Amino acid sequence: MKNAISVLFLISCLLITNGNAESWTGADEKAEEAIKQISPDYEPWFSPVWEPPSGEIESLLFSLQSAIGAFAVGYFVGKSRANKHASNN
Amino acid sequence: MHIMEGFLPPLWATFWFAVSLPAMAYGAVRAKKLINENPRNRALLAVAGGFIFVLSSLKIPSPVTGSCSHPTGTGISTMLFGPSVTAFLSAIVLLYQALLLAHGGITTLGANTASMGFIGPLAGWIVYRGLKDRVSMRMLAFVVAVVADWFTYVVTSIQLALAFPGVSFIKSALTFMGIFALTQIPVAVVEGIFAALLISYIVQTSEDRLTRG
Repeated sequence: MKNAISVLFLISCLLITNGNAESWTGADEKAEEAIKQISPDYEPWFSPVWEPPSGEIESLLFSLQSAIGAFAVGYFVGKSRANKHASNN
Repeated sequence: MHIMEGFLPPLWATFWFAVSLPAMAYGAVRAKKLINENPRNRALLAVAGGFIFVLSSLKIPSPVTGSCSHPTGTGISTMLFGPSVTAFLSAIVLLYQALLLAHGGITTLGANTASMGFIGPLAGWIVYRGLKDRVSMRMLAFVVAVVADWFTYVVTSIQLALAFPGVSFIKSALTFMGIFALTQIPVAVVEGIFAALLISYIVQTSEDRLTRG
């Protein structure tokens, strides 16, 4: 996975430095703007039940999501490799 | 690709639930059956779900449009288990993001599961079936992941264009594809690289599964 991390890091650097001067907002926000242009009268009929109180907390919860996923991948791939190794001996 | 809370009119929100709920339910039943069949499948399901969790939390900048978007991470699950189990696993992630991150939403959960969990992976799965014995496992993982990821965003664009056709559906679809599908091209390639790197770790434990298809 070390390879994977360095690949992602390199790609991100490449993408950011090569990019144009736009603001790197989410594509989701751009879609929201497009909806407002196409249907200016549309009112969202439901709003999120809970929103992270700040950007910091939002990034915490995003990191938590990655951590949960990375734990599952790491634990089970590691475990199956260890099992295989043990059964070979 | 998350359609935000309340941003699909009730009729379309319901329609997409009708599409994705059966897939999700069937996927949940199949996942349970797979675990009963062979306990090792529990580990594979966790890895496939974990990959979706990690990848869909990474917002990656895309130089094509100068905005950020996240991969879907559904390629591994699609290869190992097919689209219905992927719909079930994706729904878990989408629910997490809807409830804790205000990313996506409860009313749009059906539409987001349909694109990310079912129709995108279905496209990837068709490619998987077609290429299965013709290319290397890594190449296969790369292509399946790229297709499932990118097609997800095409579906999102179509979903939004159906709900907001404006003057013409085609024009609207092109607008949304200009935002989503274009941004997604490099992001999908990054996901493909990750899937290719991970598959060789997984494949030793699941060779019998993959050859059985």
